[in-house]
Amino acid sequence: MNPGPPPRRSFGAEVATGVGDAFRPVVRLLDRFGDHVILLARSLAWLPRRPFRPANYLEACEYIGVGSLPIVLLVGFFTGAVMGLQAVYAFRQFQLESFAGGTTGKALAVELAPVLSALMVAGRSGAGIATELGTMRITEQIDALESMAVSPLQFLVLPRLIAGMLMAPILSLLFFIVAMVGCYFLAVVVQHVDHGQFVLHTRDLLTTTDVAQGMLKSIVFGLIVTLIGCYQGFNASGGGRGVGLGTTRAVVFSSVTILISDYFLSDILLRVMSSDTGVR
Amino acid sequence: MSDADDAPLARAHPRWHLRVRGLTKSFGAKVVLDKLDLDVERGKVNVIIGASGAGKSVLIKHFMCLLRPDRGAIWVDGTDVFALATQPLSVFRRKFGLVFQFSALFDSLTVEENCAFPLREHTKKSKAEIKDIVRDRLAALGLDGMQAMYPGSLSGGQRKRVGLARALVLEPEILIFDEPTTGLDPLATRNVDDMILGVMERYKVTSVVISHDMASVFRIADRIAMLHERQILVAGTVDEIRGSDIPYLYEFIRTSGVAAAGAAP
Ligand SMILES: Nc1ncnc2c1ncn2[C@@H]1O[C@H](COP(=O)(O)OP(=O)(O)OP(=O)(O)O)[C@@H](O)[C@H]1O
Ligand SMILES: [Mg+2]
Repeated sequence: MNPGPPPRRSFGAEVATGVGDAFRPVVRLLDRFGDHVILLARSLAWLPRRPFRPANYLEACEYIGVGSLPIVLLVGFFTGAVMGLQAVYAFRQFQLESFAGGTTGKALAVELAPVLSALMVAGRSGAGIATELGTMRITEQIDALESMAVSPLQFLVLPRLIAGMLMAPILSLLFFIVAMVGCYFLAVVVQHVDHGQFVLHTRDLLTTTDVAQGMLKSIVFGLIVTLIGCYQGFNASGGGRGVGLGTTRAVVFSSVTILISDYFLSDILLRVMSSDTGVR
Repeated sequence: MSDADDAPLARAHPRWHLRVRGLTKSFGAKVVLDKLDLDVERGKVNVIIGASGAGKSVLIKHFMCLLRPDRGAIWVDGTDVFALATQPLSVFRRKFGLVFQFSALFDSLTVEENCAFPLREHTKKSKAEIKDIVRDRLAALGLDGMQAMYPGSLSGGQRKRVGLARALVLEPEILIFDEPTTGLDPLATRNVDDMILGVMERYKVTSVVISHDMASVFRIADRIAMLHERQILVAGTVDEIRGSDIPYLYEFIRTSGVAAAGAAP
């Protein structure tokens, strides 16, 4: 059967539709953002209410923290090593290779440790949360919780959000420490940079403010990863395929959100915690 | 649709335990329930029949506010369900036991932990007491000895029974079964029917059963309501339903192979 000619429409209507189409992604994005904020607020509202169920929090901390630990440490060591390698080669042109530790350390503490460790957590725990809650949603286990007068927000979502905010900074700190070990190993042991000089310049350049900045970012990233994972799981539909899609989305959305929000967080933190860098 | 329509809803009614008025629910553009009215009789087995996809599961999920309607109200003993705030709603939900269509057991917990879950959440009973209660319930359903198994390794029929045990531990006033016999062999179906009747005898609850299986329906039902085209097409006692000459209902019963006694041509 041939489709007939499209019905004639007025120019104004066409323009209105066109403009509407153009803005649709923006409107949808804002809509989604709002949904996440609502999920966050409704979950946090359960925080002061009994029962507190410490076991759920411990389990979530273990899942996020211990679960992501090996991969965070592995990636941390090699990130530190490669950054150290690049820095030594770059600074060697000016005989300044002993600065490798300090500069690498700053980059690691403020940016690389929080961002990379959060990406690891997103890939592992964020995906896991989306799958687990998604499966519980489509097999009606979440409805079952509710039918037994247990709030799924309090029972499932809140512990994961809190665990994310607690564990992400710890993982980031461990990432940073291991990365510095990797950097030291590469610079001092492999590239024969002087030990005393390396440590001295690292101490000079790297401040506790840098590390604190990184950890503050991590708290936000931990929340982002777990919130997006919970959201995708909670709103899963359409069987196993739907759960899979939700998991993919959780990883993609949280990775993108981490990288974008990192820019804005950096901007804010540099203004507020203005260290010795002079960026205003 | 019933003789209860003019009685005030905000007061507990001696005969009607749960009363649905004007319930309308849509998902997106799809209207699933439209101004639906239903009365559930106290202390009886109320069966809801209807085609697959008619909205039976959606309807019963409104009973304890697992879904919120677009319009309409449900009254349980004078309580307006959808007007309840979070805390009272949580207390209210303990009146219900819901056996889900696909069991909805927590797959990270063992059979025993599944059944113990409502007790752990809502009572101050000791571990030993809970263990005893759970063993008692499981034994009554022929499941003793399966405490340590995970739901993943049970058969469909066993999962249904564990789901029932879980729904029973808090001794609910209203017990809801979503298709307890679908997908079971004839003997298991008979077992589940006996189990429902046994529960009725032992705990004096009001029950709502969703079912397609007319043989089983006529075995257990006190009242039958048919959900068709977004509304209750007809509701009444078993004899009224058997004797009904509404074409769709008649066809539904006739094709199921169970003789609709009164209306047989
Ligand atoms: N969460 C939902 N989102 C969108 N549509 C839904 C949702 N839940 C149910 N529906 C739709 O509502 C309709 C009724 O579904 P319901 O599960 O209540 O049917 P049912 O009568 O229980 O059928 P069955 O006997 O097969 O279990 C279906 O068409 C289904 O697609
Ligand atoms: Mg159903």
